[in-house]
Amino acid sequence: MSIVRVERRRDGVAIVRFDTPGSPVNVLSRELMAEVGPALDAALSDSAIVACVVASAKPGTFVAGADLKQLLAIEGAAEGTAFSRGGQAILDRMAASPKPFVAAIDGPALGGGLEVALACRYRIASDEPRTQLALPEVQLGLLPGGGGTQRLPRLVGLPEALPLLLTGKRLRARRAQRMGLVDALTSPGGIEETAARAALMLAEGKLRRREPRRSRLNRLLESALLRGLVFARARREAARKTRGNYPAPGFILECVEVGWRRGVSAGLEREARRFGELVSGDVAKSLVRLFESMTALKKRPDGMPEPEAVERLAVLGGGFMGSGIAAVSVPETPVVVKDVKEEVLAGCLRHVAGGLERRVRSAAIRAFDRDRFLARLHTSTDPRDIRHADLVIEAVFEDLELKRRVLAETEAVISPDAVFASNTSALAISRIAEGAKHPERVLGMHYFSPVEKMPLLELIATDRTSEQALATAWRYGVRQGKTVVIVKDGPGFYTTRILAPFLNEAMLLVAEGAGIEDVDRAVMDFGYPVGPLRLLDEVGIDVAAHVVRDVGDVFEDRGLGASDALPKMYDAGYRGRKNRKGFYRYEGAGQGRRKGPSEEAYRFFGARSGPGPDARSIAHRAAFLMANEAVWCLQDGVLRSARDGDVAAILGLGFPPFTGGPFRWLDAMGPSEAVASLERLRDAHGARFEPAPMLRDLARNARRFHP
Amino acid sequence: MPDSSRTVVVVDGCRTPFARSETELRDLGAYELGRTAIAGLLRRVAIDPAEIGLVAMGTVIQDPNTSNVARECALGANVPASVPAFTVTAACISANVAFREAAHAIRARDVDVAIAGGTETLSDVPIRWSRPLRRRLMASRKVKGPSGWLKLLRGLRPRDLAPDVPAIADFSTGLTMGQNCERLAKRFGITREAQDAFAMRSHRLAAEAAASGLLTEPVVPAPVPPRFERATADNGIRGDTSMEKLAALRPAFDRRFGTITAGNSSFLTDGASAVLLMSEERAGVLGIRPLARVVDDVLVAMDPLEELLLGPGLAIPKLLDRIGLGLDDIDVFELHEAFAAQVLAVQIVLADDAFARERLGRDRAVGRIPEAKLNRWGGSLSVGHPFGATGGRLVTTCCRRLEHENGRYGMVAACASGALGYALVLERIAS
Repeated sequence: MSIVRVERRRDGVAIVRFDTPGSPVNVLSRELMAEVGPALDAALSDSAIVACVVASAKPGTFVAGADLKQLLAIEGAAEGTAFSRGGQAILDRMAASPKPFVAAIDGPALGGGLEVALACRYRIASDEPRTQLALPEVQLGLLPGGGGTQRLPRLVGLPEALPLLLTGKRLRARRAQRMGLVDALTSPGGIEETAARAALMLAEGKLRRREPRRSRLNRLLESALLRGLVFARARREAARKTRGNYPAPGFILECVEVGWRRGVSAGLEREARRFGELVSGDVAKSLVRLFESMTALKKRPDGMPEPEAVERLAVLGGGFMGSGIAAVSVPETPVVVKDVKEEVLAGCLRHVAGGLERRVRSAAIRAFDRDRFLARLHTSTDPRDIRHADLVIEAVFEDLELKRRVLAETEAVISPDAVFASNTSALAISRIAEGAKHPERVLGMHYFSPVEKMPLLELIATDRTSEQALATAWRYGVRQGKTVVIVKDGPGFYTTRILAPFLNEAMLLVAEGAGIEDVDRAVMDFGYPVGPLRLLDEVGIDVAAHVVRDVGDVFEDRGLGASDALPKMYDAGYRGRKNRKGFYRYEGAGQGRRKGPSEEAYRFFGARSGPGPDARSIAHRAAFLMANEAVWCLQDGVLRSARDGDVAAILGLGFPPFTGGPFRWLDAMGPSEAVASLERLRDAHGARFEPAPMLRDLARNARRFHP
Repeated sequence: MPDSSRTVVVVDGCRTPFARSETELRDLGAYELGRTAIAGLLRRVAIDPAEIGLVAMGTVIQDPNTSNVARECALGANVPASVPAFTVTAACISANVAFREAAHAIRARDVDVAIAGGTETLSDVPIRWSRPLRRRLMASRKVKGPSGWLKLLRGLRPRDLAPDVPAIADFSTGLTMGQNCERLAKRFGITREAQDAFAMRSHRLAAEAAASGLLTEPVVPAPVPPRFERATADNGIRGDTSMEKLAALRPAFDRRFGTITAGNSSFLTDGASAVLLMSEERAGVLGIRPLARVVDDVLVAMDPLEELLLGPGLAIPKLLDRIGLGLDDIDVFELHEAFAAQVLAVQIVLADDAFARERLGRDRAVGRIPEAKLNRWGGSLSVGHPFGATGGRLVTTCCRRLEHENGRYGMVAACASGALGYALVLERIAS
């Protein structure tokens, strides 16, 4: 069966359908492109054909982008450039054809998929939430290499196109139409027929694409006078965001600018060249692999039993975490949120309703879906209301005794085979489960805050957790849209355990004389989304102090002490942003705006000597500690694989994505080099930098974490 | 009944709190209230929504945006789209008729499981423009040119701009329910004192039943946007009312010589109810213990002018005769209380031998319902009366009372505008 099939209709319209075999979505692969050329030749040379429709043979999806496996296999810039040129050539012929092409888009049209549509003369999309248009290449460290940097600005305007190219933001059909990216909306059924009619009308000159209505400001910004300003601003913004770690945004801007100044062919030329450089570079490879790992983590791991279907979820505690968990669950199942306080429950309903309302406004869901989802949420102060739940997620305050009591109360009402999960960032699950009637159904589900935004779920199994309970919780986490990483129970599990030495190091650095802002800036320049001290303020110094205490054992066993600044700050009433007393100053209403570092905070760090370490060594010390601790976790069996450790560190802690995660980072520099660096740091700063034994083993045997 | 018919059981029932109109539930429409009740029912029973075969909901004052409100309620409560739903409107027995239709569908093997109930908001009734203005608005879509507009507006008077608020009146007689009940009270000689005493009884019993949790057990909370505070309790019950307080109220329909007051009438109420019915076999398969079995029910109609509120007076004996039971065999009576005078009038009719002979072909009347068996947890006078939803409350309360009072047979009966009457006998299924 061919991937590209052409149907010749008697009315003179050829329908070109994509159908990637063995896949739920169509992807642009070498095989597909090899078939498109001849199909195009046939349609263009056939005098009976007057117009073409480009569509998908798979209803509900157009083209989801390029074949990532093939992109990863590209070696060298020249091969990447050739790959891009091949795609460009085909799309150029479509765009230049005297016979009009019409794209019939029902479902996602992403990346190369959208570039195919952009090369058509007219685009018809189904008005469905599933229909999304985007050029997400930038998120994978790439640029649209099929003419996207040239055609999109010309179609919708320069100021409108730049944000789409630079963020990869997804547009739903309606917004795309308002912007002129889509020319007409229709219903999904019969979209090919509608597109065929449009194609015929275009061929007969009875239909013309209407230019979108654009703001006067945006037109003005395109003028020769101002566009230089637009590009300069975009470049500044991109530099601020990428901090020099991601080349793609700068290259995208360059391609757009070259095309805008010197014409499409010069732009395409530059696009192909830059695509080749990006696709063969390390950043894109890391990001594409991350994406692939996340995709792989959505599949049930080998050996995991068939999960039980969760029909009803109960969430204990209606605070910020509990509300977030409820919010991501109501699209899937009924949810009961139990709390002792009515006002907390009202807050929970407002939280969930507010989130749904925003999704209605962005057309992600229909207004009636909001109602249906909200009807699934029941808030209650009655403990018996959770009795029908097959999965209970406890999200009460981080206190061992409280969590044990909640577990006992829950076990008294739920059925014997219901699963109990504790949402905690540091308390060992086995200790919570100590007094449990059924310890085999107790596990940990560590969500990250805010739950709706953070993609990671750390799923924690104790020695006694049954495979069945784990499977059930895993499936539910995936249904909530999370990337689920399974780890073994232990102090801090994985993410909190590797975060603790990282935060600790930040405080030691301040004690050595580094400025608060210097530490955060250096770490952000290295590629973290937020600096460690700002993170402490956001999370709360009280929470962090708790966590340090709970995780402390691991490090003490290895003879490593913690900075005493945190408990001191806690005792002095510092709670971080929430009480506006932290590493930074906060001014203004509510939680306030963050201002410069708090001079007062320095007094917890004793007599700070000298100017402190430079930016490079700040970043290295923090990152090496995190990565080294990750190796300990792999060695201790907390992690099941280096891949899991990479994904969780990036998604949960913001470990610089372009590195591919701590294990890929160590692999890239080579374990021997890593050991050498760590030893140098150890000699200079102490035993906490002692390389993990596993890392030494790899170095000795000249092996790596990833094959 | 055909031989292949089968037994229908009531599994559970619930309702939102009943709130005086223009109070706590003001910002929820009938759709939201009904959705809350159905979602609450599904949650209480923890049944797979795919089991449901039919949803029937009563409503009286319809919102034109949700003309088949039952369907929207069901979809909104995540009942699968493949489950048919229809709205019943039969004035104050709308939910009873919905229940009857659902029970019949199960009995006839059309479906195995059904939800019946009702929903009503009287806080947001559809207020229309006057007919002259409406007519011009409709015609305005075809108007051409300034002269057309002038012609259209010709004859429109300032008073035509006044809104048209629906009256709770019988169309055929032109009398409101209150006016007709006033006629009835005068004809039967029902005193103000007797009415006030019955109203006080209703409030006191309801307050006691609410305090003990018996009345409130089937109440599912209704979160009200935008604050999402949960309404959890009925707010019309006046446990502290007294004969003095009631006596101080002015008659509402006949200011000088009347006896019907706001105190001895049911008040405008917002709320919804839902009841889960099943075939007995299906309940067995699902391992659910039902509350009661449906024995039989009857729907009657009488003269809208003279007998508007007397429906139960005809329906109760008719049903008893049909199933071969006497009034004494019934342990629990749940009678809709539209007005205190109406309940008292029904009692008189039930004991009227002449009425029994003429209308029922009986030698003697069945007799009065003993007070000790009647509305022991209050009634519509105190708990409230969301027109389309009351029937669901009556069925649920009847089942719960049968259990609590260890009775065997329970009778639900209600009157409705248009002089309809309804009676239903339930039999408790002992555990």
